[in-house]
Amino acid sequence: MSVKVYVPRDSAALSVGAEGVARAIAGEASSRGLDITLVRNGSRGMFWLEPLVEVETPTGRVAYGPVTREAVPELFDAGFLEGKSHALFLGPTEEIPFLKQQERLTFARCGIVDPLSLSDYIAHGGYRGLQRALTLQPQEIVDAVKNSGLRGRGGAGFPTGIKWNTVLLADADQKYICCNADEGDSGTYADRMIMEGDPFVLIEGMTIAAIAVGATQGYIYCRSEYPHAFRTMQRAIAIAYENGYLGESGYLGANVTGTGKRFDLEVRLGAGAYICGEETSMLESLEGRRGQIRPKPPLPALEGLFGKPTVVNNLITLATVPIILDKGAEYYRDFGMGKSRGTLTIQLAGNIKQGGLVEKAFGLSLHDAIYSYGGGTASGRPLRAVQVGGPLGAYFPDSFLDTPLDYEAFAARKGMLGHGGIVVFDDTVDLAKQARFAMEFCAIESCGKCTPCRVGSTRGVEVIDRIIANDNRTKNLELLDDLCTVMTDGSLCALGGLIPLPVMSAIQNFPEDFDKPAPVPPVQLTIQNRETIPWR
Amino acid sequence: MSDMQAWDADRARVRIGELEHLPGALLPILHAIQEEFGYIHPDTTPLIAEALNLSRAEVHGVISFYHDFRHAAPGRHVLKVCRAESCQSMGCDALVQHIEKRLGVKLGETTPDQSLTVEQVFCLGNCALSPAVMLDGEPYGRVSPTVADFLIDSSRRTQ
Repeated sequence: MSVKVYVPRDSAALSVGAEGVARAIAGEASSRGLDITLVRNGSRGMFWLEPLVEVETPTGRVAYGPVTREAVPELFDAGFLEGKSHALFLGPTEEIPFLKQQERLTFARCGIVDPLSLSDYIAHGGYRGLQRALTLQPQEIVDAVKNSGLRGRGGAGFPTGIKWNTVLLADADQKYICCNADEGDSGTYADRMIMEGDPFVLIEGMTIAAIAVGATQGYIYCRSEYPHAFRTMQRAIAIAYENGYLGESGYLGANVTGTGKRFDLEVRLGAGAYICGEETSMLESLEGRRGQIRPKPPLPALEGLFGKPTVVNNLITLATVPIILDKGAEYYRDFGMGKSRGTLTIQLAGNIKQGGLVEKAFGLSLHDAIYSYGGGTASGRPLRAVQVGGPLGAYFPDSFLDTPLDYEAFAARKGMLGHGGIVVFDDTVDLAKQARFAMEFCAIESCGKCTPCRVGSTRGVEVIDRIIANDNRTKNLELLDDLCTVMTDGSLCALGGLIPLPVMSAIQNFPEDFDKPAPVPPVQLTIQNRETIPWR
Repeated sequence: MSDMQAWDADRARVRIGELEHLPGALLPILHAIQEEFGYIHPDTTPLIAEALNLSRAEVHGVISFYHDFRHAAPGRHVLKVCRAESCQSMGCDALVQHIEKRLGVKLGETTPDQSLTVEQVFCLGNCALSPAVMLDGEPYGRVSPTVADFLIDSSRRTQ
């Protein structure tokens, strides 16, 4: 009988040699005359164990990792196809503590199924949410999402059901569903994992959104830094079309009677602009223009893509919709704390021993995420700073680690939960350098539409350079504070509006890093506008 | 990367023609052109402008807005090095210095033998395995200077 062996094709797994391991396993099995079925799954999200190889045994799946190409013959010798012990043996996959303690709802199938097998998807509960949605009126679907308490997982945390309701009530000949998969925040990779590990859940979520609001066309805006995710998504969409889950024959599949409705879906590639993760910039980009933001109002829900009512949601938001429809709004709402309902997909990143994806009800403390799951720093040195929420998130000192992962709790400490990425820094970090980088990043990525962001970020880099160079430090710190206030209050979107968060939190929480003697040789004071940045 | 073709206006017209019917066709067209030739040749601008009924200025504005679109042919291979926060926490600044020193070029430049272009990128989504790079579209994680040297040397030897 053929033994199923799983080797992830997730980009992170590939980045540490999964392709070579898969080839070695196939080659070794064939030279030994053994019958195996190699499944290229997504990742379970335990990246320090990648490439994580799983074998299906009569008692369930067992794991080995991190497997190298060189270790493959030994694994065969040790009898890994029967799930036998070896130095890399990790036991039953589901029993690994990192996984066992999680509450995986959105990621229920990721790493388990073959991402491009529709039958595997359906066998693991896929398309049950859509079937349920098809028995409901549009308003009832919107109400289910509203009652689940689901909030936008891209960072802003806006209630998804309310957004959908606006689009539902808008009267138009054409409406759109746009998925924001421009996951540009450093420290985040959940969107990529879904596209590579469970793409049909996104297709199903977007289809449900389309039925709910009356849209017939959807776009997934995938960043160009994710070529593997883009290709997997393209293939999954083609498979959905072939099997009647998208396009002309409706989204109903062969076994459900048709309603004559239509939903078309296309995945588009971004082009390396961070700002296109901002929803209005993304719409401009999809329309074929410079990714410059649009002032709001009008809201995209009323005048979005090509001027039509448009649902713009983060990928994780849309991928969470199927389970809400399948298991009910109450089921989902029962997870979480306060106004943050359901689960958060925490992504442990940076200087962390056990980096990976932790899906858990809102409310886990930052400390538990980093130590209980992450195992502390990778370098083994003391943790000094944590940046949550990407490049626009605040730098927290270790005294803030008791903060629960919850939208409001983070806001109360002048931080931001964002897309759930946690980047850990050890004691070698220089927060003055990080503050400078935040401004530099804003200068590089500003779309140029509004003055506070376009000019403010460049002036910000200059002021921080003077502070580091100990040039009139007290006055320049005051000036920086003033500049940050202008950027916060005067910028049109979150890039210029939130970049003061990492800058000011670094100064407030780590003042000692801004009080050091000037470095020798002194910092080069340069005007860093777009033309003179050397690599452009 | 080595399957890139030399600039050819007729070939560019074909690629534009394949995609011009799409709503918001400009980015898909620019990606197709760059995939074909490795960069956006200046003569592409009027071809696209005509096909999409846009001004040349509008097309130029879009090409110059996005970091991805190159204005000159890259080397035979392209190495993208992540410089974002997660990779910073694992020493990507030192890695960048090492790569620049070894190749004798800065980020954004191509080696004189045209074998390798090095570019900076802000996040490859491989943040649990920082520092990360991407060579010709393939991801690599936990990249030490030794790993970087291996990637650089093996790619420069091949066409």
